[in-house]
Amino acid sequence: MALPKAKQDATEAFLAQVTLPEGAAWASAARKAALERLRDMGVPVRRDEYWRFTRPETLFERPAPEAEVFVADEEPVFGAIDRLKLVFVDGVFDAEASDDPAMDGVEITRLSQAAAADIHWARELYGVLEARSHADVPRPLAALNSATATDGVVIRVTGKPVRPISLIYLHGDRTSDAVLHHLVRVEPGAEVTLLENGPAAARFNKCIEVDVAEGASFNHVRAQGRDHERRAVTHMFARLAARSVYKSFTLTANGVLTRNEAIVEFTGDDAVAHVAGAAMGHGAFHHDDTVFVTHAAERCESRQVFKKVLRNGAVGVFQGKILVKSGAQKTDGYQISQALLLDDESEFSAKPELEIYADDVKCSHGSTTGAIDETALFYLRSRGVPRGEAQDLLVLAFLAEAIEEIEDPDIAADILSRLESWLARRRD
Amino acid sequence: MLEIKNLHVRLEEEDKEILKGVDLTVEAGKVHAIMGPNGSGKSTLSYVLSGRDGYEVTAGSATLAGEDLLEQEPEERAAAGLFLAFQYPVEIPGVGNMTFLRTALNAQRKARGEPEVSAGDFLKLVREKAKTLKIDAEMLKRPVNVGFSGGEKKRNEILQMAILEPRMCILDETDSGLDVDAMKLVADGVNALRDEGRGFLVITHYQRLLDHIVPDVVHIMAAGRIVKTGGPELALEVEKNGYHDLLAEAG
Repeated sequence: MALPKAKQDATEAFLAQVTLPEGAAWASAARKAALERLRDMGVPVRRDEYWRFTRPETLFERPAPEAEVFVADEEPVFGAIDRLKLVFVDGVFDAEASDDPAMDGVEITRLSQAAAADIHWARELYGVLEARSHADVPRPLAALNSATATDGVVIRVTGKPVRPISLIYLHGDRTSDAVLHHLVRVEPGAEVTLLENGPAAARFNKCIEVDVAEGASFNHVRAQGRDHERRAVTHMFARLAARSVYKSFTLTANGVLTRNEAIVEFTGDDAVAHVAGAAMGHGAFHHDDTVFVTHAAERCESRQVFKKVLRNGAVGVFQGKILVKSGAQKTDGYQISQALLLDDESEFSAKPELEIYADDVKCSHGSTTGAIDETALFYLRSRGVPRGEAQDLLVLAFLAEAIEEIEDPDIAADILSRLESWLARRRD
Repeated sequence: MLEIKNLHVRLEEEDKEILKGVDLTVEAGKVHAIMGPNGSGKSTLSYVLSGRDGYEVTAGSATLAGEDLLEQEPEERAAAGLFLAFQYPVEIPGVGNMTFLRTALNAQRKARGEPEVSAGDFLKLVREKAKTLKIDAEMLKRPVNVGFSGGEKKRNEILQMAILEPRMCILDETDSGLDVDAMKLVADGVNALRDEGRGFLVITHYQRLLDHIVPDVVHIMAAGRIVKTGGPELALEVEKNGYHDLLAEAG
């Protein structure tokens, strides 16, 4: 389908600025193909239905808007977790700061190395799930990522590595514009936990493609970093084979603009996928969770739990879809998106969608926007809990359903403490 | 302990005067009961004393042990020793009962400049108090009042009272929604807290609660005023003849 003239012009003007990284034949071909997908779809514009609530321009136009480097007054998240650390600074791998990637049950390579090799399994996954996803909705910024990503990690999990793999994204340059693309293949019966934390850059475009094989398990927890001015557009593509388990939780506190997309497809029966997020915004904060779950197999369970706490003019967006294809019988789909608005200036827009072509399924969705429960607040205060502390307790109670999606109790406790200190810093 | 003088209170939203000059003094060690028909202002009095929004004091005063209550935030009143057992205890999904109790106790102690209670000591304290009120461990683990029966909610109020050890306890229709056994349990819990240093104000429609929590003084409230004060026999008179005759007599 031909693009409207204005969009085509904008796309060509943008593409003229784009150069592709060097690589082996397969990688160059994959990047060129991704660039062609972007050309066909066109760059996102505000008139696009999928970008109705979020302005896309500053997520890709060049140069990236600058972002002040935030100096945190607390230890980075996951500090107490025994993990294998891989560090990127403004999108550039820092070998000095990283751990030796050798660990039983997993093979870890950098994308830049895999892409330079003539033969590598990465070619079977790189850009593949991204390309598949456009049949439903065009995701041009994911195609842009596949075309231009300079590095990333390529992980093949063959066993049950004892430590989580921890990707640490540091931000050191106020003009940095990072593009990373990770691949994860979890082989049958294997299990892995992937942690991500940090702002990564002034602007970060990140893509992860995850292929979870039969009976395998993929666990993911990320915290996006507290830099106020940073921007991020991220895509997480997951393909789930029979009896596999996929769990992902994201904490976003601060950030001027964030668009997190999760695209999950069940291709085998009896698999489970949970995608959850807690977003905390104060002032100049626009956070968009966009989720698309496709049930194309029987007896799969999907769960989307997204909570946002917004104050002082912060904006939250949720677009979530459950698509149940014909034949995906006994699907169990659940989706909840809720915003707690701590004042009249903040706002939340939600677009929940169910599209069901099978007749024996259980799907539910709900979306609410509300303020702090004044009756509960008074009850707590009447017992001696000061207003600020009482409000924080109620906010944490609101977030509890999302936090409960984090399986590891140590990681959950760490995330919870971040939320508590975020709230405590903003007490009235 | 609690001294209320000529208290006038208006509902902010409706511009309607609810309390029209209440005078009441509850001494330490005494149990006072307030009875009265619906709409007489009993619950308003309890809310105003505990600091709920939506009420405007237009005249009069209320002090606790000589300190002005009406100028204080609800949490300050609580730390000063005031406790309101709610007619309708509030459900708070997501906040565990234990967390709630411990946060409240430590917040009050902090406000009074006392050290926080350790997790171990707190657990011991709660277990001991919960046992006498027949509150099981399961109820303590659940979110505050969520899924509790009417009786469990009221017992939970008394548990909070037992743990926080206030100087002045106001019980707002604590008997409503309770069967006889539950009422007995709640009354026993209250009676166990009666002591020389503590005052009680028991608000109720019916005399039956006062069979179990025997008051020293009974007040009849109507149309925003205390219209009659007497001993426990006054409650029996209400039970026998209703409010009508009493109110007619009081003019």
